[in-house]
Amino acid sequence: MNMNVIEASGLGKRYGRTWALCECTLAIPAGHVAALVGPNGAGKTTLLNLAVGLAEPSAGAVTVLGGLPPGSPAALDGIAFVAQDTPVYKNLPAADMLHLTRNLNRRFDQRYARDRLAELGIPLNRKAGKLSGGQQAQLALTLALARRPRLLVLDEPVAMLDPVARHDFMATVLAAAADDGVSVVLSSHVLAELERVADYLILLSRGRVQMAGEVDGLLASHRVLTGPTAEAGQYADRPVVHVRRGAAQAHLLVRATADDPVPSGWEAHPVGLEELTLAYLREPGAGALPGPARGRDTQPSEVTR
Amino acid sequence: MTALTMPARPKHDAGLRPVPWWRMAWVTWRQHRAALAGVAVFLGAFAVYLWLTGLQMHHAEAAYCHPAGSLGCAINFTGRYGETAILVSIALQAVPALIGAFIGAPVLARELETGTFRYAWTQGIGRLRWTVGKLVPLAVAVTAAAGAFTVLFAWYNQPWAAAGYVTPFSARVFDLLGVAFAAWTLAAFAIGVLAGMLIRRAVPAIAATLAAYAGLAFATGLWLREHYITPLVTHSTNLPGSAWIIGHWYTKGGRLVSQSAISQELRGYHHAPATQVGPNTFQAVLDPVRYLTQHGYTNWTSYQPASRFWPFQWIEGGWLLALSVLLIAATVWLVRRRAT
Repeated sequence: MNMNVIEASGLGKRYGRTWALCECTLAIPAGHVAALVGPNGAGKTTLLNLAVGLAEPSAGAVTVLGGLPPGSPAALDGIAFVAQDTPVYKNLPAADMLHLTRNLNRRFDQRYARDRLAELGIPLNRKAGKLSGGQQAQLALTLALARRPRLLVLDEPVAMLDPVARHDFMATVLAAAADDGVSVVLSSHVLAELERVADYLILLSRGRVQMAGEVDGLLASHRVLTGPTAEAGQYADRPVVHVRRGAAQAHLLVRATADDPVPSGWEAHPVGLEELTLAYLREPGAGALPGPARGRDTQPSEVTR
Repeated sequence: MTALTMPARPKHDAGLRPVPWWRMAWVTWRQHRAALAGVAVFLGAFAVYLWLTGLQMHHAEAAYCHPAGSLGCAINFTGRYGETAILVSIALQAVPALIGAFIGAPVLARELETGTFRYAWTQGIGRLRWTVGKLVPLAVAVTAAAGAFTVLFAWYNQPWAAAGYVTPFSARVFDLLGVAFAAWTLAAFAIGVLAGMLIRRAVPAIAATLAAYAGLAFATGLWLREHYITPLVTHSTNLPGSAWIIGHWYTKGGRLVSQSAISQELRGYHHAPATQVGPNTFQAVLDPVRYLTQHGYTNWTSYQPASRFWPFQWIEGGWLLALSVLLIAATVWLVRRRAT
């Protein structure tokens, strides 16, 4: 099933004179937990709003679930969206939120939703506004998953949650992805969780896609070289993404695979996802080729400089 | 890829059947039942009050006001209930505005204000059905409530009409009678939802709705209503009391006389000697209209006869209905194209 859950070409969104998203070209293949990462104001929320049909593009185009226009009946039917701060009707009891969502959709797995809330210890008769932040987020997520979507879109789902609630929330997302094959696209500026959660990464910076690809591929195509600071300058011709200089030793994040030769006097280490992401966030000018593992028709999936 | 093992889901073909309309009924009811109950309690309490005072008024009018102009009628009917009746009609004028502000304005403003529109507008039902499924039943409900209330008010107003204290065109009752009250309520609701959509915050939208409604109602009463049908013109000075007098002017020799010329002419009238009008009666001051008539002026009056009450009701109801449909359609259009 080589389908792109979100595909954008030249996508742009302008608010007044400011481009919140600009020349965004990407393809997120189905079957992943894809993380959309970037600093505040990078355009993450804008991109997601465009994908779920809450916003209209100012330039370019975006399609979802293999070519559907966002906001079309089939797209709405197949995509469940949990917006930032997980909005629920605060004056409605959880049971009524279930009933509401059931009435607003063609499919709703009432049993799944009730079992899930019981498991989480969320009382059905308590008003949503009286639930804790973590419980509200879990309620919103449960409502979304009970719709049996093909794609789950989460905008900053854990930003407001404490570490335990964050962990529980992500566990629910991962279970849905693993058990039901739901594709997930989530935006986050919390990097710590990413490695455990995401297997596809899109890095947005200043409204543009800086890096996109499967996490394994991205990690395999980058190495950290550690060597004498004095010699760091000689790598100017190599594809160095980021240089971190210490007094004696320098750490260079370079685009290289494990098979590439390592200069003498230098050591090569694999890179972690958080380190890789941070390096790119610190170098907004750097663009990366995607990892080698890509679906056949997932073109185009990156922007390179 | 795991996507192939997903549980049974319908094929996403072009013929995807939309979520049926009636599903919105529960949603609308659940989310707005408190507000609708508030309207029901408020109008219900008002209705009980009207019914109780109305009964007393009916009895007083029947007992003392035949003939209508009698002293007993003045003391026991108009004197006792007149003030109440005026206050009731003023309070009722505010009811459509309150419904528009407190039922209409928050419908969309609250969703936009609290961010829940991002939940509501990404559900499978889609924005169009969601919006229409909310606005139409609510509009019908408040209009029907107002229409029912009109029946009661017409009964309440009967003794005053019978005793000749209000005419159908009286500014304080015309828009509470016939179809006007329901139409104004619908218009206020439509103004409210559009204001809520445009302003996106409940409290400012409520204020804007009250202001817009008041402006429209005053403009209609002061300038617009009298032009629905071209007024009749007569030089008779003996018009029925139920007629709605629109204008008054004089001509002399077929030409319109300005107000200043009339004032000039009436200076002579103020110095005119007393005239004998009967065998033993003298009238110290002649009726100014008759004085002017004697001096070759023709008195003209434009007016709307009471028989035009229903045509006027239908005209007012008609344009308000058209306005409401337009405003609600504009709101639906805005919801459809609104992008965050």
